[in-house]
Amino acid sequence: MRRAAALAAALALVVAGCGGDDESASSSKPRLVVSAAASLKEALTRCSRAFDGATVRLSFAGSDELAAQIRQGVKPDVYAAANTKLPDALAAEGRLSEPVVFGSNRLVIAVPASERAVGSLSDLARPGMKLAIGSESVPVGAYTRDVLGRVAAGERKRILANVRSNEPDVKGIVGKLTQGAVDAGFVYASDVKATDGRLRAIALPARVAPTVTYGAGVVKGAAQPEPARRYVEGMVSGGCADALRSAGFGPPPGQ
Amino acid sequence: MRRRGAFAALIGIALAVTVAFLTLPVVAILVHSTPGALVDSLGDPAARDALWLSLRTTAAALAIILVVGTPAAYALATRRFRGRSLVVTLVELPLVLPPAVAGIALLAAVGPAGLIGGFLDDTGLELALTTAGVVVALVFVASPFYLRQAQAAFMAVDDRWLEASRTLGAGEARTFARVAVPAAAPGLVAGTALALGRALGEFGATLMFAGSFQGITQTVPLAIYDRFATDFDGALALSAILVAVSTGLLFAVKLVRGSEALGGAAG
Repeated sequence: MRRAAALAAALALVVAGCGGDDESASSSKPRLVVSAAASLKEALTRCSRAFDGATVRLSFAGSDELAAQIRQGVKPDVYAAANTKLPDALAAEGRLSEPVVFGSNRLVIAVPASERAVGSLSDLARPGMKLAIGSESVPVGAYTRDVLGRVAAGERKRILANVRSNEPDVKGIVGKLTQGAVDAGFVYASDVKATDGRLRAIALPARVAPTVTYGAGVVKGAAQPEPARRYVEGMVSGGCADALRSAGFGPPPGQ
Repeated sequence: MRRRGAFAALIGIALAVTVAFLTLPVVAILVHSTPGALVDSLGDPAARDALWLSLRTTAAALAIILVVGTPAAYALATRRFRGRSLVVTLVELPLVLPPAVAGIALLAAVGPAGLIGGFLDDTGLELALTTAGVVVALVFVASPFYLRQAQAAFMAVDDRWLEASRTLGAGEARTFARVAVPAAAPGLVAGTALALGRALGEFGATLMFAGSFQGITQTVPLAIYDRFATDFDGALALSAILVAVSTGLLFAVKLVRGSEALGGAAG
Protein backbone atom coordinates (compact mmCIF):
# COMPACT_ATOMS: atom_id res chain seq x y z
CA MET A 1 0.00 0.00 0.00
CA ARG A 2 2.77 2.40 0.95
CA ARG A 3 4.67 1.60 -2.20
CA ALA A 4 1.57 2.21 -4.28
CA ALA A 5 1.06 5.53 -2.53
CA ALA A 6 4.68 6.48 -3.20
CA LEU A 7 4.24 5.58 -6.85
CA ALA A 8 1.08 7.67 -7.03
CA ALA A 9 2.89 10.58 -5.38
CA ALA A 10 5.73 10.27 -7.88
CA LEU A 11 3.25 10.27 -10.74
CA ALA A 12 1.54 13.34 -9.33
CA LEU A 13 4.90 15.09 -9.09
CA VAL A 14 5.70 14.28 -12.70
CA VAL A 15 2.33 15.61 -13.85
CA ALA A 16 2.66 18.75 -11.72
CA GLY A 17 6.21 19.29 -12.92
CA CYS A 18 5.11 19.41 -16.54
CA GLY A 19 3.05 22.52 -15.96
CA GLY A 20 5.47 24.68 -14.13
CA ASP A 21 8.92 24.66 -15.71
CA ASP A 22 9.47 28.41 -16.01
CA GLU A 23 7.61 29.70 -12.97
CA SER A 24 9.64 27.63 -10.58
CA ALA A 25 12.95 28.44 -12.31
CA SER A 26 12.70 32.22 -12.46
CA SER A 27 11.14 32.86 -9.05
CA SER A 28 8.29 35.39 -9.09
CA LYS A 29 8.73 36.87 -12.58
CA PRO A 30 5.54 36.46 -14.62
CA ARG A 31 5.80 34.80 -18.02
CA LEU A 32 4.70 36.85 -21.01
CA VAL A 33 3.81 34.87 -24.11
CA VAL A 34 4.28 36.76 -27.39
CA SER A 35 3.02 35.29 -30.68
CA ALA A 36 4.77 37.15 -33.48
CA ALA A 37 5.18 37.09 -37.24
CA ALA A 38 8.19 35.10 -38.42
CA SER A 39 9.78 38.26 -39.88
CA LEU A 40 9.98 39.79 -36.38
CA LYS A 41 12.17 36.98 -35.11
CA GLU A 42 15.61 38.64 -34.95
CA ALA A 43 14.40 42.01 -33.65
CA LEU A 44 12.08 40.71 -30.93
CA THR A 45 14.49 38.01 -29.81
CA ARG A 46 17.09 40.71 -29.20
CA CYS A 47 14.90 43.18 -27.29
CA SER A 48 12.82 40.69 -25.29
CA ARG A 49 15.76 39.60 -23.17
CA ALA A 50 15.93 43.09 -21.71
CA PHE A 51 12.18 43.37 -21.13
CA ASP A 52 11.53 44.42 -17.56
CA GLY A 53 9.24 42.66 -15.18
CA ALA A 54 8.47 39.49 -17.14
CA THR A 55 10.18 36.57 -18.75
CA VAL A 56 9.20 36.79 -22.43
CA ARG A 57 8.45 33.60 -24.27
CA LEU A 58 8.35 34.15 -28.03
CA SER A 59 6.52 32.03 -30.54
CA PHE A 60 7.16 32.75 -34.21
CA ALA A 61 5.14 31.52 -37.19
CA GLY A 62 3.18 32.88 -40.10
CA SER A 63 0.87 35.67 -38.86
CA ASP A 64 -2.10 33.76 -40.26
CA GLU A 65 -1.22 30.56 -38.39
CA LEU A 66 -0.90 32.49 -35.13
CA ALA A 67 -4.25 34.22 -35.72
CA ALA A 68 -5.82 30.81 -36.37
CA GLN A 69 -4.40 29.55 -33.07
CA ILE A 70 -5.97 32.51 -31.25
CA ARG A 71 -9.29 31.81 -32.96
CA GLN A 72 -9.02 28.23 -31.69
CA GLY A 73 -8.78 29.56 -28.15
CA VAL A 74 -5.01 29.70 -27.68
CA LYS A 75 -4.27 32.75 -25.54
CA PRO A 76 -0.85 34.31 -25.87
CA ASP A 77 -0.55 37.71 -24.17
CA VAL A 78 0.61 39.65 -27.22
CA TYR A 79 -0.09 39.12 -30.92
CA ALA A 80 2.13 40.88 -33.49
CA ALA A 81 1.47 40.45 -37.20
CA ALA A 82 3.11 41.42 -40.48
CA ASN A 83 -0.02 43.30 -41.51
CA THR A 84 -2.80 45.30 -39.88
CA LYS A 85 -5.56 43.23 -41.46
CA LEU A 86 -5.23 40.24 -39.13
CA PRO A 87 -4.98 42.26 -35.85
CA ASP A 88 -7.92 44.40 -36.99
CA ALA A 89 -9.97 41.31 -37.81
CA LEU A 90 -9.17 39.72 -34.44
CA ALA A 91 -10.11 42.99 -32.70
CA ALA A 92 -13.41 43.09 -34.59
CA GLU A 93 -14.09 39.53 -33.38
CA GLY A 94 -13.43 40.63 -29.80
CA ARG A 95 -10.25 38.59 -29.45
CA LEU A 96 -7.70 41.42 -29.39
CA SER A 97 -7.80 44.82 -27.71
CA GLU A 98 -6.72 48.13 -29.25
CA PRO A 99 -4.45 47.01 -32.06
CA VAL A 100 -1.67 49.50 -32.80
CA VAL A 101 0.60 49.97 -35.81
CA PHE A 102 4.18 49.62 -34.62
CA GLY A 103 6.36 49.43 -37.69
CA SER A 104 6.72 49.13 -41.41
CA ASN A 105 8.81 47.07 -43.77
CA ARG A 106 9.60 46.84 -47.46
CA LEU A 107 8.83 43.88 -49.66
CA VAL A 108 11.87 43.11 -51.82
CA ILE A 109 13.12 40.52 -54.26
CA ALA A 110 15.77 38.48 -52.47
CA VAL A 111 18.46 36.50 -54.27
CA PRO A 112 21.52 34.59 -53.02
CA ALA A 113 24.44 37.04 -52.78
CA SER A 114 26.28 35.24 -55.59
CA GLU A 115 23.32 35.33 -57.96
CA ARG A 116 24.05 37.79 -60.78
CA ALA A 117 21.31 36.87 -63.24
CA VAL A 118 18.51 38.70 -61.42
CA GLY A 119 18.41 42.48 -61.45
CA SER A 120 14.75 43.36 -61.70
CA LEU A 121 11.20 42.10 -61.41
CA SER A 122 10.99 41.18 -65.09
CA ASP A 123 13.98 38.83 -64.73
CA LEU A 124 11.76 36.64 -62.54
CA ALA A 125 9.58 35.91 -65.57
CA ARG A 126 12.41 34.21 -67.47
CA PRO A 127 11.81 30.53 -68.19
CA GLY A 128 13.73 28.22 -65.87
CA MET A 129 13.90 30.74 -63.04
CA LYS A 130 12.99 29.09 -59.72
CA LEU A 131 11.01 31.10 -57.17
CA ALA A 132 9.74 30.62 -53.62
CA ILE A 133 6.97 32.89 -52.34
CA GLY A 134 4.67 32.98 -49.33
CA SER A 135 1.42 31.02 -49.45
CA GLU A 136 -1.70 33.05 -50.11
CA SER A 137 -2.85 33.31 -46.50
CA VAL A 138 0.42 34.49 -44.90
CA PRO A 139 0.97 38.29 -45.17
CA VAL A 140 4.22 38.02 -47.16
CA GLY A 141 2.39 35.89 -49.73
CA ALA A 142 -0.56 38.31 -49.86
CA TYR A 143 1.79 41.28 -50.41
CA THR A 144 3.56 39.33 -53.14
CA ARG A 145 0.27 38.70 -54.89
CA ASP A 146 -0.53 42.43 -54.56
CA VAL A 147 2.73 43.18 -56.37
CA LEU A 148 2.02 40.64 -59.09
CA GLY A 149 -1.48 42.07 -59.44
CA ARG A 150 0.12 45.33 -60.54
CA VAL A 151 2.32 43.94 -63.31
CA ALA A 152 1.13 43.12 -66.83
CA ALA A 153 -0.97 39.95 -67.05
CA GLY A 154 1.45 38.09 -69.33
CA GLU A 155 4.43 38.78 -67.12
CA ARG A 156 2.45 37.89 -63.99
CA LYS A 157 1.54 34.54 -65.50
CA ARG A 158 5.15 33.79 -66.41
CA ILE A 159 6.36 34.74 -62.92
CA LEU A 160 3.71 32.56 -61.22
CA ALA A 161 4.66 29.68 -63.50
CA ASN A 162 8.18 29.85 -62.04
CA VAL A 163 6.99 29.47 -58.43
CA ARG A 164 8.28 26.22 -56.97
CA SER A 165 7.06 26.53 -53.41
CA ASN A 166 4.37 28.39 -51.46
CA GLU A 167 5.96 28.61 -48.03
CA PRO A 168 3.92 28.88 -44.80
CA ASP A 169 6.07 31.72 -43.48
CA VAL A 170 8.76 34.11 -44.64
CA LYS A 171 11.61 32.22 -42.96
CA GLY A 172 10.77 29.22 -45.13
CA ILE A 173 11.45 31.37 -48.19
CA VAL A 174 14.73 32.61 -46.71
CA GLY A 175 15.77 29.00 -46.03
CA LYS A 176 15.05 27.88 -49.58
CA LEU A 177 17.10 30.85 -50.86
CA THR A 178 20.12 30.39 -48.60
CA GLN A 179 20.18 26.67 -49.49
CA GLY A 180 20.19 27.52 -53.18
CA ALA A 181 16.99 25.55 -53.76
CA VAL A 182 15.50 28.57 -55.56
CA ASP A 183 16.97 31.51 -57.48
CA ALA A 184 14.81 34.27 -56.04
CA GLY A 185 11.93 34.99 -53.71
CA PHE A 186 9.83 37.78 -52.24
CA VAL A 187 10.69 38.57 -48.62
CA TYR A 188 10.96 41.66 -46.41
CA ALA A 189 14.01 43.92 -46.46
CA SER A 190 14.60 43.08 -42.77
CA ASP A 191 14.82 39.36 -43.60
CA VAL A 192 17.59 40.01 -46.10
CA LYS A 193 19.41 42.12 -43.53
CA ALA A 194 19.14 39.29 -40.99
CA THR A 195 21.08 36.91 -43.27
CA ASP A 196 24.31 38.89 -42.82
CA GLY A 197 25.10 39.22 -46.47
CA ARG A 198 24.14 35.76 -47.64
CA LEU A 199 21.17 37.23 -49.49
CA ARG A 200 20.95 40.40 -51.56
CA ALA A 201 17.83 42.59 -51.81
CA ILE A 202 16.55 44.06 -55.05
CA ALA A 203 14.10 46.92 -54.50
CA LEU A 204 10.71 46.79 -56.19
CA PRO A 205 9.65 49.66 -58.45
CA ALA A 206 7.62 52.21 -56.46
CA ARG A 207 4.55 51.72 -58.65
CA VAL A 208 4.20 48.06 -57.60
CA ALA A 209 5.67 48.12 -54.07
CA PRO A 210 3.03 47.38 -51.41
CA THR A 211 2.70 49.24 -48.12
CA VAL A 212 3.80 46.79 -45.45
CA THR A 213 2.69 47.82 -41.97
CA TYR A 214 2.87 45.76 -38.81
CA GLY A 215 0.13 45.68 -36.18
CA ALA A 216 0.03 44.28 -32.64
CA GLY A 217 -2.32 44.13 -29.69
CA VAL A 218 -3.03 42.55 -26.33
CA VAL A 219 -4.99 39.32 -26.56
CA LYS A 220 -8.37 39.46 -24.75
CA GLY A 221 -8.24 37.27 -21.67
CA ALA A 222 -4.43 37.38 -21.58
CA ALA A 223 -2.90 35.99 -18.41
CA GLN A 224 -0.55 39.00 -18.14
CA PRO A 225 -2.47 42.00 -19.53
CA GLU A 226 -0.34 44.65 -17.81
CA PRO A 227 3.13 43.51 -18.97
CA ALA A 228 1.51 42.78 -22.34
CA ARG A 229 0.41 46.41 -22.67
CA ARG A 230 3.90 47.60 -21.77
CA TYR A 231 5.43 45.20 -24.28
CA VAL A 232 3.23 46.53 -27.10
CA GLU A 233 4.07 50.13 -26.07
CA GLY A 234 7.75 49.22 -26.22
CA MET A 235 7.30 48.08 -29.80
CA VAL A 236 5.91 51.49 -30.75
CA SER A 237 8.55 53.49 -28.88
CA GLY A 238 10.98 51.81 -26.56
CA GLY A 239 13.50 48.99 -26.43
CA CYS A 240 11.78 46.82 -29.01
CA ALA A 241 11.17 49.80 -31.30
CA ASP A 242 14.93 50.48 -31.31
CA ALA A 243 15.66 46.82 -32.01
CA LEU A 244 13.18 46.89 -34.89
CA ARG A 245 14.81 49.99 -36.44
CA SER A 246 18.28 48.47 -36.26
CA ALA A 247 16.91 45.25 -37.79
CA GLY A 248 15.79 47.23 -40.83
CA PHE A 249 12.16 47.97 -39.98
CA GLY A 250 10.81 51.45 -40.64
CA PRO A 251 8.71 53.54 -38.27
CA PRO A 252 4.92 53.26 -38.56
CA PRO A 253 3.66 55.33 -41.49
CA GLY A 254 3.19 59.02 -40.68
CA GLN A 255 5.71 59.01 -37.86
CA MET B 1 -4.07 -8.55 -0.41
CA ARG B 2 -4.95 -4.93 0.11
CA ARG B 3 -1.70 -3.90 -1.51
CA ARG B 4 -2.52 -5.92 -4.59
CA GLY B 5 -5.94 -4.26 -4.74
CA ALA B 6 -4.37 -0.81 -4.59
CA PHE B 7 -1.89 -1.71 -7.29
CA ALA B 8 -4.64 -3.05 -9.52
CA ALA B 9 -6.52 0.21 -9.05
CA LEU B 10 -3.37 2.19 -9.84
CA ILE B 11 -2.57 0.44 -13.09
CA GLY B 12 -6.24 0.61 -14.00
CA ILE B 13 -6.20 4.38 -13.53
CA ALA B 14 -2.93 4.68 -15.45
CA LEU B 15 -4.44 2.76 -18.34
CA ALA B 16 -7.61 4.85 -18.30
CA VAL B 17 -5.56 8.08 -18.34
CA THR B 18 -3.40 6.74 -21.17
CA VAL B 19 -6.33 5.71 -23.30
CA ALA B 20 -8.22 8.97 -22.70
CA PHE B 21 -5.17 11.08 -23.48
CA LEU B 22 -4.34 9.23 -26.69
CA THR B 23 -7.85 8.96 -28.08
CA LEU B 24 -9.35 12.33 -27.15
CA PRO B 25 -7.61 14.35 -29.93
CA VAL B 26 -8.55 11.75 -32.53
CA VAL B 27 -12.13 11.65 -31.29
CA ALA B 28 -12.21 15.48 -31.46
CA ILE B 29 -11.25 15.39 -35.14
CA LEU B 30 -14.02 12.93 -35.93
CA VAL B 31 -16.61 14.80 -33.82
CA HIS B 32 -15.81 18.14 -35.46
CA SER B 33 -15.80 16.96 -39.06
CA THR B 34 -19.30 16.25 -40.24
CA PRO B 35 -19.75 13.89 -43.20
CA GLY B 36 -20.91 16.94 -45.17
CA ALA B 37 -17.64 18.78 -44.49
CA LEU B 38 -15.71 15.67 -45.51
CA VAL B 39 -17.48 15.58 -48.85
CA ASP B 40 -17.04 19.35 -49.28
CA SER B 41 -13.34 19.11 -48.63
CA LEU B 42 -13.00 16.51 -51.37
CA GLY B 43 -14.70 18.93 -53.74
CA ASP B 44 -11.73 21.27 -53.28
CA PRO B 45 -9.25 20.65 -56.12
CA ALA B 46 -6.30 21.48 -53.85
CA ALA B 47 -7.41 18.76 -51.42
CA ARG B 48 -7.85 16.24 -54.22
CA ASP B 49 -4.43 17.15 -55.60
CA ALA B 50 -2.92 16.67 -52.15
CA LEU B 51 -4.56 13.25 -51.70
CA TRP B 52 -3.52 12.08 -55.13
CA LEU B 53 0.03 13.35 -54.62
CA SER B 54 0.25 11.67 -51.20
CA LEU B 55 -0.91 8.37 -52.68
CA ARG B 56 1.54 8.55 -55.59
CA THR B 57 4.58 9.60 -53.55
CA THR B 58 3.84 7.11 -50.77
CA ALA B 59 3.42 4.30 -53.30
CA ALA B 60 6.68 5.22 -55.02
CA ALA B 61 8.51 5.45 -51.70
CA LEU B 62 7.14 2.06 -50.61
CA ALA B 63 8.17 0.44 -53.88
CA ILE B 64 11.74 1.68 -53.39
CA ILE B 65 11.74 0.65 -49.72
CA LEU B 66 10.48 -2.89 -50.54
CA VAL B 67 12.74 -3.51 -53.51
CA VAL B 68 15.94 -2.26 -51.89
CA GLY B 69 15.03 -2.73 -48.24
CA THR B 70 13.97 -6.39 -48.34
CA PRO B 71 17.32 -7.80 -49.58
CA ALA B 72 19.17 -5.28 -47.38
CA ALA B 73 17.26 -6.44 -44.32
CA TYR B 74 17.92 -10.07 -45.34
CA ALA B 75 21.64 -9.32 -45.49
CA LEU B 76 21.55 -7.75 -42.03
CA ALA B 77 19.59 -10.70 -40.65
CA THR B 78 21.64 -13.53 -42.16
CA ARG B 79 25.19 -12.23 -42.51
CA ARG B 80 27.74 -11.79 -39.77
CA PHE B 81 30.37 -9.22 -40.61
CA ARG B 82 32.57 -6.73 -38.79
CA GLY B 83 30.77 -3.49 -38.01
CA ARG B 84 27.37 -5.11 -38.43
CA SER B 85 25.92 -3.53 -35.28
CA LEU B 86 27.23 -0.15 -36.43
CA VAL B 87 25.45 -0.61 -39.75
CA VAL B 88 22.23 -1.58 -37.95
CA THR B 89 22.48 1.55 -35.81
CA LEU B 90 23.14 3.75 -38.85
CA VAL B 91 20.12 2.53 -40.79
CA GLU B 92 17.92 2.94 -37.74
CA LEU B 93 19.13 6.48 -37.05
CA PRO B 94 16.39 8.26 -39.03
CA LEU B 95 13.88 6.65 -36.63
CA VAL B 96 14.99 8.98 -33.87
CA LEU B 97 15.79 12.06 -35.98
CA PRO B 98 13.26 14.88 -35.69
CA PRO B 99 11.65 15.48 -39.12
CA ALA B 100 13.08 19.00 -39.26
CA VAL B 101 16.55 17.54 -38.81
CA ALA B 102 15.81 15.09 -41.60
CA GLY B 103 14.82 17.99 -43.86
CA ILE B 104 17.97 19.97 -43.07
CA ALA B 105 20.08 16.84 -43.49
CA LEU B 106 18.59 16.11 -46.90
CA LEU B 107 19.20 19.70 -48.02
CA ALA B 108 22.78 19.49 -46.76
CA ALA B 109 23.31 16.18 -48.56
CA VAL B 110 21.39 16.25 -51.82
CA GLY B 111 20.19 19.88 -51.99
CA PRO B 112 21.59 22.17 -54.69
CA ALA B 113 24.33 23.38 -52.32
CA GLY B 114 24.66 19.99 -50.61
CA LEU B 115 27.46 17.43 -50.36
CA ILE B 116 26.61 15.64 -53.59
CA GLY B 117 24.38 18.42 -54.93
CA GLY B 118 26.89 19.38 -57.62
CA PHE B 119 27.19 15.78 -58.76
CA LEU B 120 23.39 15.40 -58.94
CA ASP B 121 23.19 18.69 -60.84
CA ASP B 122 25.68 17.36 -63.42
CA THR B 123 23.51 14.31 -63.97
CA GLY B 124 20.50 16.57 -64.41
CA LEU B 125 18.76 15.13 -61.37
CA GLU B 126 16.93 17.77 -59.36
CA LEU B 127 15.43 16.80 -56.02
CA ALA B 128 14.79 19.90 -53.90
CA LEU B 129 11.28 21.30 -54.45
CA THR B 130 10.29 18.46 -56.80
CA THR B 131 7.93 15.49 -56.52
CA ALA B 132 11.01 13.25 -56.64
CA GLY B 133 12.27 15.17 -53.63
CA VAL B 134 9.09 14.30 -51.73
CA VAL B 135 9.72 10.62 -52.47
CA VAL B 136 13.32 10.94 -51.26
CA ALA B 137 12.13 12.53 -48.01
CA LEU B 138 9.53 9.79 -47.52
CA VAL B 139 12.02 7.00 -48.17
CA PHE B 140 14.48 8.58 -45.75
CA VAL B 141 12.05 8.83 -42.84
CA ALA B 142 9.97 5.69 -43.50
CA SER B 143 12.48 3.03 -44.59
CA PRO B 144 13.96 2.39 -41.12
CA PHE B 145 10.50 1.32 -39.92
CA TYR B 146 10.43 -1.35 -42.61
CA LEU B 147 14.10 -2.34 -42.29
CA ARG B 148 13.81 -2.90 -38.55
CA GLN B 149 10.70 -5.01 -38.87
CA ALA B 150 11.95 -6.95 -41.89
CA GLN B 151 15.28 -7.70 -40.25
CA ALA B 152 13.52 -9.08 -37.17
CA ALA B 153 11.19 -11.14 -39.37
CA PHE B 154 14.09 -12.67 -41.33
CA MET B 155 15.97 -13.44 -38.12
CA ALA B 156 12.93 -15.30 -36.81
CA VAL B 157 12.92 -17.62 -39.84
CA ASP B 158 14.23 -21.03 -38.79
CA ASP B 159 17.78 -21.48 -40.15
CA ARG B 160 17.07 -25.17 -40.83
CA TRP B 161 14.51 -24.23 -43.48
CA LEU B 162 17.08 -22.13 -45.29
CA GLU B 163 19.65 -24.92 -44.98
CA ALA B 164 17.17 -27.50 -46.20
CA SER B 165 16.41 -25.36 -49.20
CA ARG B 166 20.10 -25.07 -50.06
CA THR B 167 20.69 -28.79 -49.47
CA LEU B 168 17.92 -29.54 -51.91
CA GLY B 169 19.82 -27.58 -54.51
CA ALA B 170 18.15 -24.19 -54.46
CA GLY B 171 20.57 -21.31 -54.89
CA GLU B 172 20.95 -18.46 -52.47
CA ALA B 173 18.63 -16.21 -54.52
CA ARG B 174 16.00 -18.90 -54.84
CA THR B 175 16.14 -19.64 -51.13
CA PHE B 176 15.63 -15.95 -50.41
CA ALA B 177 12.70 -15.60 -52.80
CA ARG B 178 10.93 -18.90 -52.23
CA VAL B 179 11.63 -19.69 -48.58
CA ALA B 180 12.80 -16.70 -46.57
CA VAL B 181 10.41 -14.06 -47.95
CA PRO B 182 7.24 -16.21 -47.67
CA ALA B 183 8.22 -17.33 -44.16
CA ALA B 184 8.87 -13.75 -43.08
CA ALA B 185 5.82 -12.39 -44.90
CA PRO B 186 3.71 -11.44 -41.87
CA GLY B 187 6.58 -9.41 -40.45
CA LEU B 188 7.28 -7.82 -43.83
CA VAL B 189 3.63 -6.81 -44.13
CA ALA B 190 3.67 -5.28 -40.66
CA GLY B 191 6.82 -3.35 -41.52
CA THR B 192 5.28 -2.18 -44.78
CA ALA B 193 2.23 -0.88 -42.94
CA LEU B 194 4.37 1.00 -40.43
CA ALA B 195 6.46 2.56 -43.19
CA LEU B 196 3.30 3.40 -45.10
CA GLY B 197 1.79 5.15 -42.10
CA ARG B 198 4.98 7.10 -41.47
CA ALA B 199 5.29 8.11 -45.13
CA LEU B 200 1.66 9.19 -45.38
CA GLY B 201 2.03 11.43 -42.34
CA GLU B 202 5.42 12.93 -43.20
CA PHE B 203 5.45 16.70 -42.79
CA GLY B 204 8.61 18.43 -41.58
CA ALA B 205 11.21 16.90 -43.88
CA THR B 206 8.91 17.33 -46.86
CA LEU B 207 8.26 21.01 -46.14
CA MET B 208 11.93 21.82 -45.63
CA PHE B 209 13.35 19.76 -48.46
CA ALA B 210 10.57 19.65 -51.04
CA GLY B 211 8.62 22.80 -50.19
CA SER B 212 4.89 23.16 -50.64
CA PHE B 213 3.28 23.47 -54.04
CA GLN B 214 -0.14 22.23 -55.00
CA GLY B 215 0.01 19.10 -57.11
CA ILE B 216 3.83 18.98 -57.06
CA THR B 217 5.01 18.80 -53.45
CA GLN B 218 2.00 19.66 -51.27
CA THR B 219 1.07 16.34 -49.68
CA VAL B 220 -1.95 15.91 -47.40
CA PRO B 221 -0.15 16.90 -44.16
CA LEU B 222 1.16 20.07 -45.86
CA ALA B 223 -2.31 20.82 -47.22
CA ILE B 224 -3.69 20.44 -43.70
CA TYR B 225 -1.13 22.94 -42.41
CA ASP B 226 -1.90 25.28 -45.31
CA ARG B 227 -5.61 25.19 -44.47
CA PHE B 228 -5.13 25.59 -40.75
CA ALA B 229 -5.04 29.40 -40.93
CA THR B 230 -7.87 30.01 -43.36
CA ASP B 231 -10.07 26.94 -43.39
CA PHE B 232 -10.05 25.07 -40.10
CA ASP B 233 -13.01 22.89 -41.12
CA GLY B 234 -11.23 21.88 -44.31
CA ALA B 235 -8.12 21.07 -42.29
CA LEU B 236 -10.21 18.93 -39.93
CA ALA B 237 -11.83 17.09 -42.82
CA LEU B 238 -8.49 16.24 -44.43
CA SER B 239 -7.22 15.17 -41.01
CA ALA B 240 -10.20 12.88 -40.61
CA ILE B 241 -9.33 11.22 -43.91
CA LEU B 242 -5.77 10.59 -42.70
CA VAL B 243 -7.11 9.23 -39.41
CA ALA B 244 -9.38 6.84 -41.30
CA VAL B 245 -6.56 5.61 -43.54
CA SER B 246 -4.17 5.18 -40.60
CA THR B 247 -6.78 3.32 -38.56
CA GLY B 248 -7.42 1.04 -41.51
CA LEU B 249 -3.69 0.34 -41.77
CA LEU B 250 -3.39 -0.52 -38.11
CA PHE B 251 -6.31 -2.95 -38.32
CA ALA B 252 -4.86 -4.51 -41.43
CA VAL B 253 -1.62 -5.19 -39.58
CA LYS B 254 -3.53 -6.72 -36.69
CA LEU B 255 -5.47 -8.95 -39.05
CA VAL B 256 -2.34 -10.15 -40.81
CA ARG B 257 -0.21 -10.81 -37.79
CA GLY B 258 -2.72 -11.49 -35.06
CA SER B 259 -2.38 -9.97 -31.63
CA GLU B 260 1.35 -10.68 -31.52
CA ALA B 261 1.87 -8.20 -34.36
CA LEU B 262 1.68 -5.02 -32.34
CA GLY B 263 3.96 -6.38 -29.65
CA GLY B 264 6.53 -7.12 -32.33
CA ALA B 265 6.06 -3.72 -33.91
CA ALA B 266 6.65 -1.95 -30.64
CA GLY B 267 9.78 -3.96 -29.89
